[in-house]
Amino acid sequence: MDFLLAALDYLLGIPFLGWGTQIGFVYKALALLVGLLIFTAFILLGDRKVWAAVQLRRGPNVVGPFGLLQSFADLLKFVFKEAIIPAGADKVLFLLAPLITATLALAGWAVVPVSDGWAMANINVGILYLLAISSLGVYGVIIGGWASNSKYPFFGSIRAAAQMVSYEVSIGLVIITVLLCVGSLNLNDIVIAQSEMGLAHALGVPWLSFLNWFWLPLFPMFVVFYISALAETNRPPFDFAEGESELVAGFMTEYSATPYLLFMLGEYISILLMCAMTTILFLGGWAAPIDLPPFTWIPGIIWFFIKVTLVFFMFAMAKAIVPRYRYDQLMRIGWKLFLPLSLIMVVIVAFVLQLTGWGWNGGVA
Amino acid sequence: MSLPLFFFYVFSAIAVASAFMVISARNPVHAVLFLILTFVNAAGLFMLAGAEFLALLLIVVYVGAVAVLFLFVVMMLDVDFAELKSGLLQYAPVGILVGVVLLLELLLVAGSAFISPEIAGGAALPIDNTIQNTRALGQVLYTRYVFLFQGAAAVLLVAMIGAIVLTLRHRPGIKRQSTAEQIGRKASETLKVVKVKSGQGL
Repeated sequence: MDFLLAALDYLLGIPFLGWGTQIGFVYKALALLVGLLIFTAFILLGDRKVWAAVQLRRGPNVVGPFGLLQSFADLLKFVFKEAIIPAGADKVLFLLAPLITATLALAGWAVVPVSDGWAMANINVGILYLLAISSLGVYGVIIGGWASNSKYPFFGSIRAAAQMVSYEVSIGLVIITVLLCVGSLNLNDIVIAQSEMGLAHALGVPWLSFLNWFWLPLFPMFVVFYISALAETNRPPFDFAEGESELVAGFMTEYSATPYLLFMLGEYISILLMCAMTTILFLGGWAAPIDLPPFTWIPGIIWFFIKVTLVFFMFAMAKAIVPRYRYDQLMRIGWKLFLPLSLIMVVIVAFVLQLTGWGWNGGVA
Repeated sequence: MSLPLFFFYVFSAIAVASAFMVISARNPVHAVLFLILTFVNAAGLFMLAGAEFLALLLIVVYVGAVAVLFLFVVMMLDVDFAELKSGLLQYAPVGILVGVVLLLELLLVAGSAFISPEIAGGAALPIDNTIQNTRALGQVLYTRYVFLFQGAAAVLLVAMIGAIVLTLRHRPGIKRQSTAEQIGRKASETLKVVKVKSGQGL
């Protein structure tokens, strides 16, 4: 590794090697990547199990004990199958689309603080970065649908474009309400602010820290964010981009083997990213729900992923229970319900904070 | 060559190349995708200049929303390439004129520091490195330029209302869904329970 960097250093005259003293960074990123992929494999299985349980089925139960290795078997199957590219497809864009989806989904995790200060990059505009990454996610879907040069994928990508742009607006406004309370765009600060102020402190029982978190004072925004996150990630009941009863498989119709796997992986990782965003913005991030010994012994990263899994469980239950929406109704609640509601909430929260002087002032400025 | 300088050259080279591809690509969808690549690289340049808020705003607003709608429209257009190419020479003088004017304006802006330094320096505020980008922008935007900012917002609002007024047509006699009506109706208004004796029918 060092040799390679030295060679680059020599060839380009750029001090890669001095930069390479932070090479531990690469190992950390690799650990996060591998951990995340394994987590995703089990989350995928969990999704199918929850779905099956609601429908009184068993779900995957053949590969490994309780079907635990099902996702890995699926992975092997996808990788070893033949990737078919339709004759009329735009070859480069057709293969680029799943890559964009998967890469963007993984890139979002670079700023997520899984425990206090444990983020790949603790940047000052972390929440804006997450918003930017999730808003770019639509490109994989649009490009994939267009490049397939086929009717149903194209319908899927047109639907996805309109849907994801609409719900991004309300997600942005929900984030603004949280930012007003915190006064910082840093994800670490957002989590710390939730443990240092709130209802539990006001009531004089600071150890009941789950009462401090923003899900309680900003409850309407929590609901709006949850539903918008479902729509933003094309999860059922809002999976119009791939609704199988109308569009075969939507934008993924022409995809097979590894490109399909990348789409699938990118979709699930961006769902997990949305769950992580919900955890950070509303559920206190890595903090323990009750600030007393048996709970505080568990490390923050475990609490973080427990919360992510809980939010994902809510996503999975919505998939299993709620029937698919109608497309015009989806647009209606996006523009006519969520947008005015979150705009009004921004104004109300700003007024309350200004009049009462609440809000967090511990940020670095 | 330091690392930021290296990245500056990478970003600007890709930006210039993809900007060239925007006007030379044969397929309009490819042209829009190259435009998006240009936006992303411009955001990278902002990031290098230390303006991380502007960089991410560029991605959220232009790449994440405006360009998506742009792509949306271009994908649905049925473009006839032969017809597009035929008008090229006819419009070339106008295009060149606009290009020259733009180039001159850019030169004036970039060269103002050399032409009359006393005017060019007056508008800029000293950069305070102790406060963050986002806060610094907010402090200037909501104090010094608050009326301009509100004026820009009003212009955007007028544009939005104008677009809605131009496209909104109330056609009579069309079946519409009224959600409030659907949710507001009661079982007693719509359901009639009839006890039917077996073998007799209604």
